[in-house]
Amino acid sequence: MDLILTEDQDLLSKTAADFVAEHSPVARFRKLRDAKDATGFSRELWKEMAGLGWVGIPFPEEFGGAGLGFAELAVVLEQLGRKLAPEPFLSTVLLGGQALLLGGSDALKKEWLPRLVSGDAILTVAYQDAKSRYDLHHVTTTAAKDGDGWKLEGEKIQVLDAHAADAILVAARTSGGEKDADGITLFLVRKGAAGLGVERQSRVDSRNAGLVRLSGVRVGAADVVGGVGTGGALLERVIDRATAGLCAEMLGSMQQAAEDTFQYLKTRTQFGVPIGSFQALKHRAAKMYIELELARSCVMAVVRAVDANDDDLPRLVSVAKARCSDAGILITNEAVQMFGGVGMTDEYDVGFYMKRARVAEITFGDAAWHRDRFARLSGY
Amino acid sequence: MADLETFRRETREWLTKNAPQAIVGIASNDLEGNWGGKRATYSVPEMKTWLDVMAARGWTAPTWPKEYGGGGLSPAEAKVLAQEMGKLRLPAPLIGFGLTMIGPTLLQFGTEEQKQEHLPRICRGEIRWCQGYSEPDAGSDLASLKTRAVREGDHFVITGTKVWTSYADKADWIFALVRSNPQAKKQEGITFILVDMSTPGVTVRPILLISGKSPFCETHFENVRVPVKNVVHKIDAGWTVAKALLGHERSMIADAFGGGQGGGQKTSRGSALARLARKHLGDGEGRIPDPILRDQIAQEELDTRAFALTVQRAKDSAKAGHRPGPESSIFKVYATELNMRRHELMVKAMGPAGLGWEGPGFDEGDLEVTRDWLRSRGNSIEGGTSEVQLNIIAKRVLGLPD
Repeated sequence: MDLILTEDQDLLSKTAADFVAEHSPVARFRKLRDAKDATGFSRELWKEMAGLGWVGIPFPEEFGGAGLGFAELAVVLEQLGRKLAPEPFLSTVLLGGQALLLGGSDALKKEWLPRLVSGDAILTVAYQDAKSRYDLHHVTTTAAKDGDGWKLEGEKIQVLDAHAADAILVAARTSGGEKDADGITLFLVRKGAAGLGVERQSRVDSRNAGLVRLSGVRVGAADVVGGVGTGGALLERVIDRATAGLCAEMLGSMQQAAEDTFQYLKTRTQFGVPIGSFQALKHRAAKMYIELELARSCVMAVVRAVDANDDDLPRLVSVAKARCSDAGILITNEAVQMFGGVGMTDEYDVGFYMKRARVAEITFGDAAWHRDRFARLSGY
Repeated sequence: MADLETFRRETREWLTKNAPQAIVGIASNDLEGNWGGKRATYSVPEMKTWLDVMAARGWTAPTWPKEYGGGGLSPAEAKVLAQEMGKLRLPAPLIGFGLTMIGPTLLQFGTEEQKQEHLPRICRGEIRWCQGYSEPDAGSDLASLKTRAVREGDHFVITGTKVWTSYADKADWIFALVRSNPQAKKQEGITFILVDMSTPGVTVRPILLISGKSPFCETHFENVRVPVKNVVHKIDAGWTVAKALLGHERSMIADAFGGGQGGGQKTSRGSALARLARKHLGDGEGRIPDPILRDQIAQEELDTRAFALTVQRAKDSAKAGHRPGPESSIFKVYATELNMRRHELMVKAMGPAGLGWEGPGFDEGDLEVTRDWLRSRGNSIEGGTSEVQLNIIAKRVLGLPD
């Protein structure tokens, strides 16, 4: 698959850039944060994005989707990343939506995907327990057989957009030991279920996440997503896809942070000259640019690998996530340093990018974790 | 696309039929590759057969026009050819600066007569070329070069010294930058000229490097008479040609150090680095037992993959008819960094076994790895230092002020 944008993808990218610039400048995100907005994103804008067809990009037409792929989704995510738009793509399209698409029964898909695509349902996946760190198979939340259904017990942490979700897909252990790959099952827990508690968490990047407490929450057999006990493998496939999408968002954020910094180097003067004329900064700026270009290639490759069902996808996901994690941290750290004192102020946006880069780095595994995974998958 | 699939099938059939069995699996690197030239020697005689059949088909220079001995292939077809050769583990039939540097430059700037004279001979591997750019006092500041060219009728008389002329002792011709106008501004008085190394007054002295080898030479010119018709582009306008050729040189280096593998190809599971680490550290039940070295190897592999994908992206973009994007400016600096880090890691992985220079107690292959490590230290210097490359990126791509 060629690593270039098709004409349609190029057009979509430009449309998305225009829309995001007009409707979602960083000032909007700042306002949501300052107001401690109860939703933390805009439902109206989400509906508009759905109306533009963005939410439905990677879903089949039978569910109202566009039947396109991650290559298309990525160009939109990149533009959203540029302006730090907090709308629930990661939770709804990349996590919940993909989990249902890859593992859901026909009935569940029919029930949820059309509403998801139209922007009317928010979904998410609760994949982390307090002790999981990056290990998807380290699941301590339990599900015990209860008549013809299941009873869930435990606590999931930092569940993206949990406070707004109409359904949360919860990874729980139905058998095996704490860290076993086998014995994990995904359950669809509906909003308002008895015993379900959702508490918002406040994270460094001001994006939305919550604690999800399950105290004897009852889930019917029909709401099991994928096979009983085989949710570990499903979860890996879902997180691989979500990671590919997250990388596209990260690319947009680091691109914007780098561009803002290069611009600042041209305009900020000290010692009577633009600071961008100093070789110490020039070389560091050039290295930021190199990292950006490498990250872009990885992102373009990994989203195309999702679309091609490439059996090397897991390794490519690790290539891309390790790269984007490190590049995002490098670029945003350098951005703050090069902005100097004002880079440390809340008033400037550059700090937002640095905070988001840190959260994105840790989400779905940091660079070292992905290097270890790559080595493992490569047999060394 | 259907045409391309036909081309792929026919190419595979032709290669299978015409490639001698003895050359399968031979690497086409500096040491084992076929550089051609009047004094070429062949440790595997079938390599010469391979050169001849490929040259006859125009496939030593697949994308060059047929009238100059090339294959006239589109970039997409050339990619298919490279992929099929890769699958059959066939080495490049010919490598060297004729194909990668002076050839593309002549296609861009040469007169019809120069193209007719030199390109077919390059394609057939008859002439080996070397590069006369740097001088003892003109390294990164190349434009300050002093080798003098004085006009005498329809000749230039050249006197001066060039250094780091790679393999000049094995080359038949040299392309050189000379100062034809000492009065002009330093970039404006330079001429790009082609010189037959057998002309009286040309002498070559190999330079011994820290690796114990002599891939580079010092080349002296003393009153060397060169026809004016050997000037490429205009007299005193050689800097334009020099910069274009440096572009070709840098993409050649990028290809040689990892970009050429093609990011779309699935890399084999477990790399050469990992194999070397296993050989010296033991298998460690499937995990290289030194966790820090293992992490560094993984980092190197990830970076190599990312770089190969970036080269692929540039090629795909060129294939689609876009002009080379700014991403190509990163090739030289990143490719060399990768290659140098790879060699550092290989020596590290060998431990005490990597300390040998020669003689008993050391494995021939390990000795070569150590020598290659020493040689690799020059990668970030030759062809424009990394610092110069970063300056170029900052200025040309990012538009940062002087």
